[in-house]
Amino acid sequence: MPLVEFQDFSFKYYGADSLALKKVTLAIDEGEYVVITGPSGCGKTTLCRAINGLIPQFHRGYIAGNVVVNGMNTREHEVAEFATTAGLVFQQPENQLVTLNVEKEIAFGPENLGVEPAEVRRRVEELIDLLDIEHLRDKHPHEMSGGEQQRVAIAATLALKPKILIADEPTSNLDPKSAETILEIISSLNRRGMTVAIVEHRLDLVAKDASRIIVMDQGSVVADGRPREVLVDDICEEIGVGIPKATLIYKRLAAKKVRLSGVPLSGDELASLVKESGST
Amino acid sequence: MIIIEDVHFSYDGLYTALRGVSLQIDDGESLAIMGTNGAGKTTLVKHFNGLLRPQSGRVILNGADTKDFSIAEIAREVGLVMQNPDHQLFLDTVEKEIVFGLKNLGFTEEEATERCSRTITSLGLEGLAQRSPFALSGGERKRVALASVLATEPRVVVLDEPTIGQDACQKQRLAEMLESLNERGRTVVVVTHDIEFVIEHLPRTVAMANGTIVADGQTNKVLSNDEILECCSLTPPQLTQAARSLHEEFPTFPERLTLLSEVESEVLRILGGENSVIP
Repeated sequence: MPLVEFQDFSFKYYGADSLALKKVTLAIDEGEYVVITGPSGCGKTTLCRAINGLIPQFHRGYIAGNVVVNGMNTREHEVAEFATTAGLVFQQPENQLVTLNVEKEIAFGPENLGVEPAEVRRRVEELIDLLDIEHLRDKHPHEMSGGEQQRVAIAATLALKPKILIADEPTSNLDPKSAETILEIISSLNRRGMTVAIVEHRLDLVAKDASRIIVMDQGSVVADGRPREVLVDDICEEIGVGIPKATLIYKRLAAKKVRLSGVPLSGDELASLVKESGST
Repeated sequence: MIIIEDVHFSYDGLYTALRGVSLQIDDGESLAIMGTNGAGKTTLVKHFNGLLRPQSGRVILNGADTKDFSIAEIAREVGLVMQNPDHQLFLDTVEKEIVFGLKNLGFTEEEATERCSRTITSLGLEGLAQRSPFALSGGERKRVALASVLATEPRVVVLDEPTIGQDACQKQRLAEMLESLNERGRTVVVVTHDIEFVIEHLPRTVAMANGTIVADGQTNKVLSNDEILECCSLTPPQLTQAARSLHEEFPTFPERLTLLSEVESEVLRILGGENSVIP
């Protein structure tokens, strides 16, 4: 059974005049690393909210079809019941930070679920270490930069030990090095078995780690497959998905009948492929 | 013109966010401010419109020290779009949000409506005018926040991370809008981590680290210096990485190429593609 299953699911926010999701059918299996991308306003955030039950439990509206997460239909279970299954990191970290310092922030979730104090303590220390936020330990979230807040938000989400980590543009407030650090953390979590669904515009940073890319447009899934197949699909450029520049060069060369022997996702891959073609 | 003179600032008296920043921005310039998270970029630009006041040093706007002016007075000159749109959006439709600032600055009803609809088109917000900003996506909310300030066309436009949540098309639109403001003599200051956006669209780059300015100059020079990149936690863009690697193998391949079109034509030249004839 897939961990997450959208069954012909549609959703319209209360008061909106169009559907945010239109008949979405897709399954995410345990262990996958899925990147969700698409133009701004295409339904990516809505899709994330539908995985952890915020839709339809918190955001009300018209719904059709079902979303089943870890065997639970999101129509029938409270958001709190999904807390240890689907951990969502928001687009704006400060919208989810609620306490006065980092330790309290990380402890907040598990304490609310009645986890033993010693275990809470252990998770706090482990996550402070994992996300390298020792220097922020006693800081108020409002004294931190956007990037620092995002690291704290991720730590607080992981403290609930979810089965799937859903991250809605987790690197958008980060400088490139911090973004790479966060993505490396997410990718290493995935290698240790954590299922990951991440919304990202900066495909140059995530394509190499992803097992799958889902492209959305106007509430529908318009492409879904392996990164090297999806990113060369013309649909990406048509709807305004910023494919990695190295991949874009591949496509432009192909249009001029110059074929590289593979699809590059990074600058180094592009260089090696050009060297390979240039020496034959 | 904005002159920042040896500005120091600390939020809590313990951690110093700005430690002696000096900077001059001339009218009609277009520049990027880049640097690590926590380098002081946002703190610096909040001094431009008086949201923060220097604890020592001076901020001089058009020849006058900003300490003598209220934020409302400075707002006519300097428009700031904050990093988090939710900090500045508060009305129940996109249109009201955009018209609010215009009316406050004394534009007539007619003029405000006209500017509002023009900005809505430029930023691709058509069809959303009567929607609540809070029902929109993150990227759309960001564009509403941008629109509410850009519509007033202040002499100095300061944008904190404007490309967050924007897809390739929206970034292009934003770039075109900034270019057109620039052509009409407005000053454009963009705080961003988006190195590809900076390389393509902003000729001057100020690099910050630890509350100080570590480099200030032409974008292509500042951003091709590895030490500065390291210091600002920036990584070279994919195409710069590819160009460096290809230069090692093919000495005729220019090492410092960053624009897509340049890399494309150089690769074609090396591989002998159909358009590779050297003029």
